Amino acid sequence: MNAIIISALWGVLMMYTGFMTSAKRTVSLVAIIGVVLVFVANWLEYLGLSFVNMDMMGMLQFNTFGLVFNGIILFSTLIYFLLSSTEIEKSSHTPSDLYALMFFVLSGISVIAGFQSLLMLFIGIEIISIPLYVLAGSDKSNLKSNEAALKYFLMGAFSTGLMLMGIALLYGSSGSFSLEGVAAGVGVLTPMRASGMVLLLASMSFKVSAAPFHFWTPDVYEGSPTVYTSFMATVVKSAAFFAFLKLFESAFGEVHGEWQMLVAVIAALTLIIGNITAVFQQSVKRMLSYSSIAQAGFMMLGVFALNTYAKQGMILYFAAYSLATIALFAVLAKLKDHSIEALNGFAKQHPVVAFSVLISLLSLAGIPLTAGFFAKYYMLLAVLKYAELLWLALVAILSAAISVYYYFRLIQAIYFREPAAESELDFSGFFKVVMVFNAILILVLGIHPDWLIKLIY
Amino acid sequence: MPVIPVNYYIFFSVALFSIGIVGVLTRRNAIIIFMCIELMLNAVNILLVAFSKMHHVNAYVLDRATTVGTEAQLFVFFIMVVAAAEVTVGLAIIVMLFRNIHSVDINFLNRLKH
Repeated sequence: MNAIIISALWGVLMMYTGFMTSAKRTVSLVAIIGVVLVFVANWLEYLGLSFVNMDMMGMLQFNTFGLVFNGIILFSTLIYFLLSSTEIEKSSHTPSDLYALMFFVLSGISVIAGFQSLLMLFIGIEIISIPLYVLAGSDKSNLKSNEAALKYFLMGAFSTGLMLMGIALLYGSSGSFSLEGVAAGVGVLTPMRASGMVLLLASMSFKVSAAPFHFWTPDVYEGSPTVYTSFMATVVKSAAFFAFLKLFESAFGEVHGEWQMLVAVIAALTLIIGNITAVFQQSVKRMLSYSSIAQAGFMMLGVFALNTYAKQGMILYFAAYSLATIALFAVLAKLKDHSIEALNGFAKQHPVVAFSVLISLLSLAGIPLTAGFFAKYYMLLAVLKYAELLWLALVAILSAAISVYYYFRLIQAIYFREPAAESELDFSGFFKVVMVFNAILILVLGIHPDWLIKLIY
Repeated sequence: MPVIPVNYYIFFSVALFSIGIVGVLTRRNAIIIFMCIELMLNAVNILLVAFSKMHHVNAYVLDRATTVGTEAQLFVFFIMVVAAAEVTVGLAIIVMLFRNIHSVDINFLNRLKH
């Protein structure tokens, strides 16, 4: 509750900052202070200190799982602001508006962290989505950005329609919007209830870009300005996955066996399509969007398994995936040319940044000693509890092996190729410090994942 | 006065919803797609109000002071407000697109890309 209030208020404050000062640096500073405050407020709630005590009528309820998830999201946003604030300043004449939109997204994510009713799920997803349509189209004169915004908007609104129909059918059959109410009636799967559930599954798959519903993702991620792609692909995708996991765990957990096979097929398709298409990409940005589809496939395994390992793995996956992808996109946003050749010899020119990028890539590929390894390990462990579905674990391992190929292609370009021309890139000392800090975090999580996991108990 | 059974409402709104889906998938004009999405949302509104009445009548027989069913009507208001917010952003995006390419045909966009 703390995080919702402070992030919404800070969003309004950010809009006024645009009137108060024209110095873009100050605006970024206010945003960074804001996200730190929201993080601290969320932390205080985790420790049991809530700023407001009101009766939520069973609409919202925050447990430690939700609060830890929200903490990870807020921390990733902090890293994102620290690394990308100069790019956000460059992307618009009035960066204060864009920061305000991002704070509204954060407040929507905080609603998602504690939803107990389908109404709150709908409101949360919409508060997240609507500002994102604007962010995707923030480069107004660029046709690709226009296209990304339109595509994202039409797909988002369409999937919202599907979700609402699902909610209406569930309400019709159970007479309640609360997760417990829906779960209580779900034991007998009537046709109306089943179609409501499938519609919700489809719309959530749209939001997390899982396989048959992923076709909008590459265009939207490639067309949007790179800084906002980073935000969409990490923070927002994690939030959508949290909503997916919580909805299917609390509302449809009892009929797990009925829909498990459906999710297994979606997860396998997502893994295969994401990884195989990523291999053929020439643009790093487009490759990273396919890689984000592939990583979504791994997170789908958590939704598939719904056991203790899955919950722990999801938390680790959110942290590992967000930190690594934010670092990669922060470097990519500074490059003008997004082809793989543009990275040739990057290590010779910028050894410190290249090392952090290396750690991020290794983490995404799931190499031991990085956070990504344990994230994938927990997901596989969760799936292996279902011995009859061994093929799913095999598909996951095979596609992780494929993913090593295209991540290592980047590493090869960075470390083993000669630079074509003198680099005109200049990374500030602060940027390097944050990148190294981020790499250290990934390594620490790779050695001690228990430090993060034990927070949810 | 004869009461219209709730099945009729379900069939009606599912039909509207399907028209909306088919429209989104087949039409190429951004504004028409947009209208079809609104049609989908409004089909849901009708369905929610019908279910609200159905649950209310069922509970009213047992308890005259019941408030069962009101939450769906509240939900309808939320859908309307969110749909209005979406229209604001969506029309702004379409206007931005029209300024750049003087068309709202989404195929035109695909041609430009290659």
